[in-house]
Amino acid sequence: MVKQDMKLIVDGKRLDGRRFDELREIKMSVGVLNRTNGSAYVEWGKNKILAGVHGPRELHPKYLRDPTKAVLTCTYNMAPFSVDERKKPGPDRRSVEISKVISEALGHVAVLEKYPNTGIDVFVEVLQADAGTRCASIVAASLAMANSGMPMRDMISACAAGKIDGEIVLDLMKEEDNFGECDLPVAISPRRKEIVLLQMDGKLTREEFKKAYRLAIDGAMRVYDMQKKTLIESMKIEE
Amino acid sequence: MDIETYLKRDYITNLVKSGRRIDNRKLDEFRYIKLERDYCDAKAPGSTLIRLGNTKVLVGISLDVGEPYPDRPDEGVMTTSAELRPVASPIFEAGPPREDAIEIARVVDRGIRESKAIDLEKLFIEENKVWIVFIDIHVLDHGGNLIDASGIAAITALLNTRMPRYEDNTIIRGEWDGKLPVSCIPVPVTQAKISDKLIVDPCLDEEYAADAKITITTTDTINAMQKSGDGAFKSDEIERAVGVAFEKAKEIRNIIKKL
Repeated sequence: MVKQDMKLIVDGKRLDGRRFDELREIKMSVGVLNRTNGSAYVEWGKNKILAGVHGPRELHPKYLRDPTKAVLTCTYNMAPFSVDERKKPGPDRRSVEISKVISEALGHVAVLEKYPNTGIDVFVEVLQADAGTRCASIVAASLAMANSGMPMRDMISACAAGKIDGEIVLDLMKEEDNFGECDLPVAISPRRKEIVLLQMDGKLTREEFKKAYRLAIDGAMRVYDMQKKTLIESMKIEE
Repeated sequence: MDIETYLKRDYITNLVKSGRRIDNRKLDEFRYIKLERDYCDAKAPGSTLIRLGNTKVLVGISLDVGEPYPDRPDEGVMTTSAELRPVASPIFEAGPPREDAIEIARVVDRGIRESKAIDLEKLFIEENKVWIVFIDIHVLDHGGNLIDASGIAAITALLNTRMPRYEDNTIIRGEWDGKLPVSCIPVPVTQAKISDKLIVDPCLDEEYAADAKITITTTDTINAMQKSGDGAFKSDEIERAVGVAFEKAKEIRNIIKKL
C-alpha cells in the first residue's frame, strides 16, 4: 500500500525503475473488433484501452445535424472493474469532461466537411486504468479513426509530463499521479506541430512548466512514431 | 437489422433444414472458445476475456464490504450487471442497460446464484458486514450468443478471484488474502430453433434467423432456464434441449478446468 509521504524517486530512479524521460511500455494494434468501421487497442503500462468508430452514419435526432460537416462525438467510458474500487457504471463528471476534450482534439484533424449531415461516433473503453488514461484514450481513438478509413489531416498523439519529488518527469504512473505535485497531459497534431489538448493541475513555476511542456511533446512525438508504425504494419498484405 | 442480414435469413434457414450451418459447424457444435483468465489483473480481483467465435466479452469481478440483505443477515451478497458497450455493435447505444442487457445479466446471475457456485455463507465478516461480489459483464464485440459467452467468462473469472486483504475494518487494495470460495461450475448452453431444428451456440446471423432461443444452465442439476424470442418450442424439443445442454456443458467445463 502506498503511503502519503512516500518517496517517488529513489537513487535517481522512479518507483518502476524508469528514467525521468522514459515512457512506460506501450503496445498498439488496430482492426481488433468485427462490428465497428475502425478499432484500436492500446496497452500503455497497465492501462488497457479499446476504441471503436461507428460512422459516418445517419445522425439522430435530426436537429443535431450540421449541413456543413459531420458531427464527431467521442465517448470515454471506464469499466466498473478498471479501477481498485468498483466504479459505478455510467458517465460521471470526469468522464464527460474527458469525452469533451478528446472529441475536440480529434475533430481538429478529422476531415469532417467531407460527410455533412452525418454523425461519427468514437467510443473509448477503459478496461484497466493506471494513470494517463486520457492520453492513452486519445491515442487509441486516433488510431481507430485512421483504421476506419476516415480522411484525416494528421494523427493525434499524446503524452503527459509531471512533477514528482521536485523533478520533472515523463508519463506518470498511478502512484506518481496520486502523490506527485503536478500532472500535465498534452495532445498534439505532430505533423503540424499544434497543441490540440492541454490540461494541467498542480503547482509549477514558469520554468518548470516550460520544461514539462517540452518533455510531454517529446514523449508524444515518440508515441507518434509508434502509431505510424502500427498503421503501416496493419496495411501490409500477408503472403 | 440491415438488409444483408435480412437476405441471409432465408439462406441460413435452408441450410439448417438440410442439417448444415453457415460456418460449417455441426448442429450441436460450439464455436472455438478462447479464454484469457486474469485479463486485467492489475486492478480487478478477478477477470476473464472470452472469445466465442466473433463474440468478445470481458467479465470483471469487484469486491467490496457492505451490508447484507435483511432477510439473509449471515450471507454475502452477489450482484450481476451487464453492459452492451457501443463498440460491440452499431445498434448498441450508450446509456443505462435496456432489456437485452438486463436479460443477459439476470440469466447469468440465476445460473451462478441457484447453483450456489459462490459460497455466500463464507463471505460473512461480522454482524451487518459482509463481502459484496460484483460481476460486471462488459460486451465488447457482438457476434451472437452473448449469454453463453458471458456466463462462461463469469464463472471462469470467479474461479480465480482473489479476496482483498481486510484488516481493521478497511480493505487493503492491491493485497490479497486467499481466493473467493467457489464450489461448482455452472455453464449456460443456448440453443436456437430454426425451421424446427435446434442448433447450439447460434452466431449473430443465426440469431436473426431463429424463431426462438432457449438457454439452459447446468451443473449436475439444471439451475436456470430462459426461453426467449417470438417463436415457441414443443415439449419434446425442450426435453432434447436439456439433454444437449448437459452434454455440451460438460465439454465446456473441461475447457475451463484445463486452464
